[in-house]
Amino acid sequence: MDPRKPGERLLLQGNEAIVYGALAAGCRFYAGYPITPASEIAELLSVKLPQVNGTFIQMEDEIASMGAIIGASLAGVKSMTATSGPGFSLMQENLGYACIAEVPCVVVNVMRGGPSTGLPTNVAQGDVLMARWGTHGDHPIIVLAVSSVSDCFSITVKAFNLSEKYRVPVILLSDEVVAHTRECITLPQTEQVRVVDRIAPKTPPEWYKPYATNNRGVPDMAIFGDGYHHHVTGLVHDEWGFPTQNPKEIEGFHNRLHDKITKGFPEIMMTKTFDMADADICVITYGCVSRAARMAVKNAREHGVKVGLVQLVTLFPFPRKAIDSALRQCKAAIVSELNMGQMSREVNRVNQYDCRVIKHSRYDGQMITPDEITKQILSCA
Amino acid sequence: MAESTPQESAYRYEICFSGSGGQGIITAAVVMAEAVGTLDGKYVCQTQSYGPEARGGKSKAEVVISNKPIDYPKALHIDLLLAMTQAACDAYFFGIKADGLLVVDKTLVEQLPTSRAIAIPFTHIARHDIGREMVANMVALGAVGFLCGQVILQNLEKALLARVPKGTEEMNREALQAGIEEAQKFNLAELPRSFINDFEEGEL
Repeated sequence: MDPRKPGERLLLQGNEAIVYGALAAGCRFYAGYPITPASEIAELLSVKLPQVNGTFIQMEDEIASMGAIIGASLAGVKSMTATSGPGFSLMQENLGYACIAEVPCVVVNVMRGGPSTGLPTNVAQGDVLMARWGTHGDHPIIVLAVSSVSDCFSITVKAFNLSEKYRVPVILLSDEVVAHTRECITLPQTEQVRVVDRIAPKTPPEWYKPYATNNRGVPDMAIFGDGYHHHVTGLVHDEWGFPTQNPKEIEGFHNRLHDKITKGFPEIMMTKTFDMADADICVITYGCVSRAARMAVKNAREHGVKVGLVQLVTLFPFPRKAIDSALRQCKAAIVSELNMGQMSREVNRVNQYDCRVIKHSRYDGQMITPDEITKQILSCA
Repeated sequence: MAESTPQESAYRYEICFSGSGGQGIITAAVVMAEAVGTLDGKYVCQTQSYGPEARGGKSKAEVVISNKPIDYPKALHIDLLLAMTQAACDAYFFGIKADGLLVVDKTLVEQLPTSRAIAIPFTHIARHDIGREMVANMVALGAVGFLCGQVILQNLEKALLARVPKGTEEMNREALQAGIEEAQKFNLAELPRSFINDFEEGEL
């Protein structure tokens, strides 16, 4: 008996829900190297992928894992890998390759305490800016964060969809708490899941220019080996995919790479708000801390404080519009996070108002509790 | 599942399973969460924390049960603490509510920090009555399931049997039932009503 049927109420771990989300989104290739607290993703996919004619490979390391998923994606198969901080460091070089060659893929980073081997079994959110800027050079990238088991399913589907639509790697940031929390979830029927696929060229092979722009700024993507000439390189390239040193082409290339994401801002920048309508104080969080913040906001409301919560689902591109309107509305914004202030920096960067941005950090390997956030809220009221 | 009405106030019940890595602490918590969440139809969050060692070291798993969606997934004020080792008992006892309940493995916990405790020799029962020390966690789960009053015991057994390896169902079922029976021998009303009297004023 396979107890994992759609429509049935299941108790799943965050990591397991990511697997079901990936499969629903059409992921059929995984290459990775096990690491706490991400290993359950590989474990379950190693069982599930062969059942749907997919491929699972345990690689020799994370450098090769990233290379393998890029190759598989170019060959037309939706691909992902999952790791934690130390492995994510190793993936950065090839991640840049996926950015410049515009290869859709999803990289899950289940955050644990760092740097280096750090705290393998403890929670942290220390890889936020690394997810944005870990690989070198100006590059577009999308970073999403999950906070619950149901998020792990739905945001994983979103990650694949955005990746396919914009031909960009998407980083899915989870953390040890979300990864290992078990909650009930009812998996949707396959036909209820909205799945986006990359757009294949309609021109005959001899007319195909693999990196020619269009009104979306996202070139049509031919399957490697399908008869379309397709040159892939990590060098800055022209419309044919061959290296160029022409300043005009170089500038145009970079502009297109970034503009395709800019055009998608309204769709890409996702936030959730709670109790913000009349709020004059807001808490800004992402990932597992959002759970503590929701409880804290409810508790503080009972004290008569007008406080709301802005939860970032998209971390990068930074959801400036949503944060801007919260900062304009509030006298204080508390940014609670499990690092030394990586996101509060971003919030401060866009703050153009009299709103006081308060950094609320915890980095001892433990969760921020609702009481700690309530205390911060009450001290601002 | 039953949707709760808006008038109904939210309640939160927290169970903490604790012991040493390898005792099956997390498995016991998962079975409890599965029974409460998927079969009883309540809201449930199960979390865990453990050290980098595969065996030994402190191991803890928490189950939060509610009639409303659960915001904060970890335990805040423990209603029932199961301690399967002395070290776990010492480490987590102070997280219990004043009127909470401590349940310990009498085989391995020799010093009780309170008289508001239920001591059952889970490991001894598993070793001698069931024949495998490995199922001590399921004996404990039976006792916890009965004492917490938060789970339908038939559902607990159903969840357990669905999760254990083939061929071990009967042994696990026996272990669970042994735990339930042991727990039934205690009268909770006879226990002190709170931990408070165990301490000098101001200590708790």
